[in-house]
Amino acid sequence: MIKTDVVIVGAGPVGLFAVHQLGIKGLKSEVIDNLDKAGGQCIELYPDKPIYDIAGIPECTGEELTKNLLDQIKPFKTNFHFNERVQEINSEGDNWIIKTSQNKVFSSPNIIIAGGVGSFEPRKLSVKDAEKYEGKNIFYSISDKNIFRNKKISIFGGGDSALDWALELSKIAEVTLIHRREEFRGAPHTLNQIKKEGKVDIKTKFQISSISGQNNIESINIKNDDGKETEVKTDYILSFFGLIMKLGPIAEWGLNMDKKTIKVNTENFETNKKGIFAIGDICTYPGKLKLILSGFHEGALASVECFKRARPNEKYRFEFTTSSKEIQARLGVKNK
Amino acid sequence: MPKITYIDSSGEQRTIDVQKGLSVMEGAIQNKIPGIDADCGGGMACATCHVYVKEEWFNKLPKTQDGEQDMIDMAFEPKKNSRLSCQLIVSDELDGMVVTTPSKQT
Ligand SMILES: Cc1cc2nc3c(=O)[nH]c(=O)nc-3n(C[C@H](O)[C@H](O)[C@H](O)COP(=O)(O)OP(=O)(O)OC[C@H]3O[C@@H](n4cnc5c(N)ncnc54)[C@H](O)[C@@H]3O)c2cc1C
Ligand code: FES
Repeated sequence: MIKTDVVIVGAGPVGLFAVHQLGIKGLKSEVIDNLDKAGGQCIELYPDKPIYDIAGIPECTGEELTKNLLDQIKPFKTNFHFNERVQEINSEGDNWIIKTSQNKVFSSPNIIIAGGVGSFEPRKLSVKDAEKYEGKNIFYSISDKNIFRNKKISIFGGGDSALDWALELSKIAEVTLIHRREEFRGAPHTLNQIKKEGKVDIKTKFQISSISGQNNIESINIKNDDGKETEVKTDYILSFFGLIMKLGPIAEWGLNMDKKTIKVNTENFETNKKGIFAIGDICTYPGKLKLILSGFHEGALASVECFKRARPNEKYRFEFTTSSKEIQARLGVKNK
Repeated sequence: MPKITYIDSSGEQRTIDVQKGLSVMEGAIQNKIPGIDADCGGGMACATCHVYVKEEWFNKLPKTQDGEQDMIDMAFEPKKNSRLSCQLIVSDELDGMVVTTPSKQT
């Protein structure tokens, strides 16, 4: 069991800055995210798009903002637990016990939920029986490409993942690439390469309509806009429709919810449960704006209440980073 | 104010007044119309505001911008008349428009 002052659910921009606000107050935090890296929506949805409304930064991309936030919290040597989803929260005295999908267990007086619109997960195929074959004949990401050797593979999607895997797997397997329209979103040079090598059967203006098989998939039917169906012999389906945000287990923690958001008290961003806070896109209150700058403010206020709970015998003192020797020591600033 | 009609997948119809300048997505969210999730808040990054636009209106809409078709690729059961409702800005020309929401958004 990992003991800490605060467990932060979500490594989006708001969770990252919360690490800073806690860190300068001398609190240790552990950060858990379902993704394989920090940055949340900024890194997953718009890494290359410029943001123009971060106070004091006229322009920076989602990726740059993430990198800067990580630099800013470096002094605190925070542990990140990636590829793990927070599943369960239970109370034990004044502490919370937090369990992840990888069965890691944390104990902490405070939980800050900075979960955005939920954890990022692959968008799944919605045809009948897709769930039954998932992980067996249907994959949303690839860990071992050798299982596809000499098999019949149907790849869905129009982005880089679909194109890259179509090209790569066509060297060892029989690949059909199926996409809803003629234009592909992925890199034109990959598509040109695929066409040049001529090994991939490209079917555009088609979508999946059904799956047939017993224990394993044997074939699929795809249909075009006019409803015309075609059968494609298939051993494996690979589907690359990007990521979707799923609220997931957060909805089951007994918190006061308003649709997909958590209601908070704006004095300290506490939820209806003592010691559980919600900040960033996932919290709601009258006038809430889903902006990064609002999330930063919310984290600052939550961190004060976290301090009071984690250090019940100490008095919280408001201090500036420019003048506090203590904060500067925590930041590793060398005083001249 | 222009009127927009939202029909859900079970056929239930709701007609509301939507202020000019708001998107068809915002009109739905502000009036608690079910069937539109809009997880990314209009950022054209989630495709959970996907709607089907009735033929006669579909042709009147401004063409899709860069990126909208890319997102529609990822939507649940896209069709020829699919659009992202966060990209459809309500105006007098669209008064009376009818959109249908898919049976689910993800
Ligand atoms: C295209 C686009 C453009 C935008 N432009 C701007 C802009 O210009 N300015 C601006 O201020 N804002 C902008 N935003 C909004 C901004 O990105 C969000 O407000 C911000 O990302 C919210 O940060 P967050 O940390 O609260 O949540 P997120 O960034 O959503 O991060 C939440 C993280 O929590 C993780 N998570 C959730 N649940 C769990 C769980 N149970 N277990 C483990 N991990 C979990 C998720 O995987 C995710 O990584 C834009 C958004 C989009 C989509
Ligand atoms: S609200 Fe996300 S794409 Fe329209």
